[in-house]
Amino acid sequence: MSEKESEDVRIGVFVCSCGTNIGGLINVKEVAEYAKSLPNVVFTEDNLYTCSETGLTQIKNGIREHNLNRVVVASCTPRTHEPLFRDCVKDEGLNEYLFQFVNIRDQCTWVHMKHPKEAFEKAKEVIRMGVAKAAKLEALENIVVDATPTAIVIGGGVTGMTAALSLANQGFETHLVERDDKLGGQLNIINKLFPTGQDASELLGSLKKRVESNPNLTVYTSASVKNIEGFVGNFEIEVEQKGKSIDLTIGVIVVAVGASLLTPTGKFGYDGNIRITQYELEKKLKNNEVKAKDIVMIQCVGARNDERKYCSNVCCMTALKNALLIKEKNPQANITILFRDLYTPGTHYEEYYRRAREAGILFLSYKLEKEPIVEENNVKVFNEYIGEEMSIPYDLLVLSTPLIANSDNKELAQMLKVPLEENKFFLEAHVKLRPMDFATDGIFICGAAKWPVDLTESITQGYAAAGRASTIISHDTIEVEGATSFLPEYNKNLCTGCEICITVCPYKAISKNENDEIEITQVLCKGCGVCGATCTSHAIIIRHFTDEQILSEIYAFGGI
Amino acid sequence: MEKNSKSALIIGAGIAGIQAALDLGDMGIKVHLIEKNPVIGGKMAQLDKTFPTLDCSICILAPKLSECYRHENITLYTLSEVNYVEGTSGNFTVDILKRARYVKEDVCTNCGDCATICPVRGVPNYFDANLKNMAAVYIPFPAAVPPVYIIDKNTCVYLNYGICGLCANICGAEAIDFSQKDEILKIDNVGCIIVAPGYGLLEDVSPLTNYGYGKYKNVVTALEFERLICASGPLEGHLKRLSDGKDPKKLAFLQCIGSRSDRDKKYCSSICCMYSTKAAIIAYEHNNDLESYVFYIDMRAGGKGFQTFLRRGVDEYNIKYIKSKISHIDVDEDDTPVITYEDYDTSEIKQMKVDLAVLATCIIPSQGIEKLADVLGIELNNYNFVKTNPFLPVETSVEGIFTCGCAREPMDIPRSVAEASGAAARAAEVIKGG
Repeated sequence: MSEKESEDVRIGVFVCSCGTNIGGLINVKEVAEYAKSLPNVVFTEDNLYTCSETGLTQIKNGIREHNLNRVVVASCTPRTHEPLFRDCVKDEGLNEYLFQFVNIRDQCTWVHMKHPKEAFEKAKEVIRMGVAKAAKLEALENIVVDATPTAIVIGGGVTGMTAALSLANQGFETHLVERDDKLGGQLNIINKLFPTGQDASELLGSLKKRVESNPNLTVYTSASVKNIEGFVGNFEIEVEQKGKSIDLTIGVIVVAVGASLLTPTGKFGYDGNIRITQYELEKKLKNNEVKAKDIVMIQCVGARNDERKYCSNVCCMTALKNALLIKEKNPQANITILFRDLYTPGTHYEEYYRRAREAGILFLSYKLEKEPIVEENNVKVFNEYIGEEMSIPYDLLVLSTPLIANSDNKELAQMLKVPLEENKFFLEAHVKLRPMDFATDGIFICGAAKWPVDLTESITQGYAAAGRASTIISHDTIEVEGATSFLPEYNKNLCTGCEICITVCPYKAISKNENDEIEITQVLCKGCGVCGATCTSHAIIIRHFTDEQILSEIYAFGGI
Repeated sequence: MEKNSKSALIIGAGIAGIQAALDLGDMGIKVHLIEKNPVIGGKMAQLDKTFPTLDCSICILAPKLSECYRHENITLYTLSEVNYVEGTSGNFTVDILKRARYVKEDVCTNCGDCATICPVRGVPNYFDANLKNMAAVYIPFPAAVPPVYIIDKNTCVYLNYGICGLCANICGAEAIDFSQKDEILKIDNVGCIIVAPGYGLLEDVSPLTNYGYGKYKNVVTALEFERLICASGPLEGHLKRLSDGKDPKKLAFLQCIGSRSDRDKKYCSSICCMYSTKAAIIAYEHNNDLESYVFYIDMRAGGKGFQTFLRRGVDEYNIKYIKSKISHIDVDEDDTPVITYEDYDTSEIKQMKVDLAVLATCIIPSQGIEKLADVLGIELNNYNFVKTNPFLPVETSVEGIFTCGCAREPMDIPRSVAEASGAAARAAEVIKGG
């Protein structure tokens, strides 16, 4: 800190138009001009896209030509762009933590879209605050830790097996943990696979063989993860297998715990006998027990309604597959599928739907507001197309129910410190561009644990999670964020030992050492600042968000 | 990192190719990323926002473009195509045809002086779905990677008639080079190839006459609509009717144009239900007086958060969904589209007048896929997408050649990204596993 302080602070401010996202509402030239008047600012520029290669070059030129030692970019959000700008200033020899982000898009031009004048004023204010903070920034170093080149895959269904096999094939020591007494997950109950019609057991068998014979892969069945400590590259994981505890040191974690099946108790006369689910039908088909002649299937049972809003992806294809199988065995069978929107996206699934129609399977659409009514031997359904209620006789009623999140996802999520979404499926870092990552480094998600998916997508995602995980354990070391909390030596006497910080830390980064002193494990700390904010004696300091830095922003806002 | 002497070669630098390149690069594997266009980013770069998060597309893509450009393990080849491949898994040799850009990539500063002085105007920009014109020397969009201009050899006066050269005179960096020639680059020691050329759209090959496309100004395709509502597009985000410049009040989004049809393509394009809803939502955000109608057969919204997104469309953005089949489109004397359709709920033939009709046209295999398949020796399926097995989803028919994204089937961005990471994993298995 000392050398930076003695040096003249020379700040450059780069104001982004973000196309017209910012520039369309406020005059970025004027904003940049205003920034010039702020203390320590020696250079300002506006760019059409500061994040473009051209914009980055302008930042680098600015640093070089104007001898800048702090850079402020006023543009979008650090969520997507901070790493880019940090790298940019680093390329030019500046410490990456001497970069300050100011968000004038989300916080100004987007939220105040209808008030351009106020958005303009606010942009100037937040830049003034950012500049004030920039003047107080200190150089920090990222924390470098060793990475153990091992992986654990939690869940031994087809997704987990695929992920584990790929990691093992890439040369990594891989551990596959399955709580059931055998691998395979839901594939064990499935009869045939769409759209090829091959036996599920055949695919499962060959996959199992490859998993079990891979020298880099250790399988633990009837086992579960009991405890997870540590951090990316260095997780300490306790696996319990049949009462025995196994401790593993692991570099990356892949979550592939799959999903559960919904039993529609109390719905549409479900009785598990002649009114069954598609999965119960799978079993009956496997055992050749389906003798019914009049079969009615109802789609979206317990899905796409107020209770469970989502579409489960796989049920339409499952229904088509099973209907076709029945029809093949017994061409005389009358099969009616009651659906809301038939979900057969892409090339082969749509082809499959065509095949089903050509095979004489009848499709009738119904609306959520007018759900079919199941009677003892008939299903009554209002057909919109002809505007009449129809009564369809059945001797087998099959209910297509959605995949639902496992009931114990919450416990696993807490152990991993990762979030779930509203339906209790695991929530990835970014739905669009980081589909396999968790926001927590070194933990990945794939398959139906994240969202209902079919077999093809499960396999793809298994590979995908393996690919993402490999980007980490392909290296001997890992760099993690240096903006962390710490308890400096000179503040130790302030600490009263109240342990509130230990309680509030969401990352379990704080503990007491053998001398009963508070200790913060730097590499576990995410710099969220909760400990610093709750510390009753102001003993904990949060790097990059020091009291001095935050107060400088507040003073700048108040014009002090 | 030195331990992997074999590299990976990726064909296509859309979001799928980019993700695969970044993953492999981050694993310490050298990557050659081949793109036939002058810039990378593919279709995703052309989109305004993305469903269901409504993230600005270029905003979330741009960091990845930059990362690709700056990555120590990734070498970018733009204006390039794979011409010849020999060898087998673990050891391919590839010839790249790199077309002349006529601008030196390492010298151009992207200042734009050349385009300002160029006397040629009215060259349609493919990036803006040909709705915006540019000079004969141009950069497709401001955040483009690489940030280097290109001279259009079909319209450049100097390249065709040997006179002009104004751009070369004004260029302070001396980046213009009319003497550049197409060249063949040989890359050996390629362990794996990933095929990710993305997709084309039905309008590339079909006149869409039933729907009055090309004849009626207020009938546009979905990709054109993306550019029209995009802040960086030809209308700077202010949506207008293209016939008279008036603000539209009523929009129609027509699904399954050329998809799920006996007349055109039999398959479903997978993404249209969602992107049409997204487009209607963005349009409403620009103008709260708007109402939108989505004409659809089956609503295909299986992805994470998609059903909730549809509900928001109805509840908050004045979108109405009509289960129907489109017959055809006419216009009235004002150039206002009149849609004739069969309402599935009432089984009646009805008509509706709208200010703008947006066609969700069928996704088709990318142009040139047959030639590429031929060069690589890989099989295509009955629709000319790259043939894969449902249970080996990223494998092509040739060992050591993988595929991902819309090359093999229409799919959305998260799925393309996931497949890309999956293909990268498979490639890494071959390269690292030896």
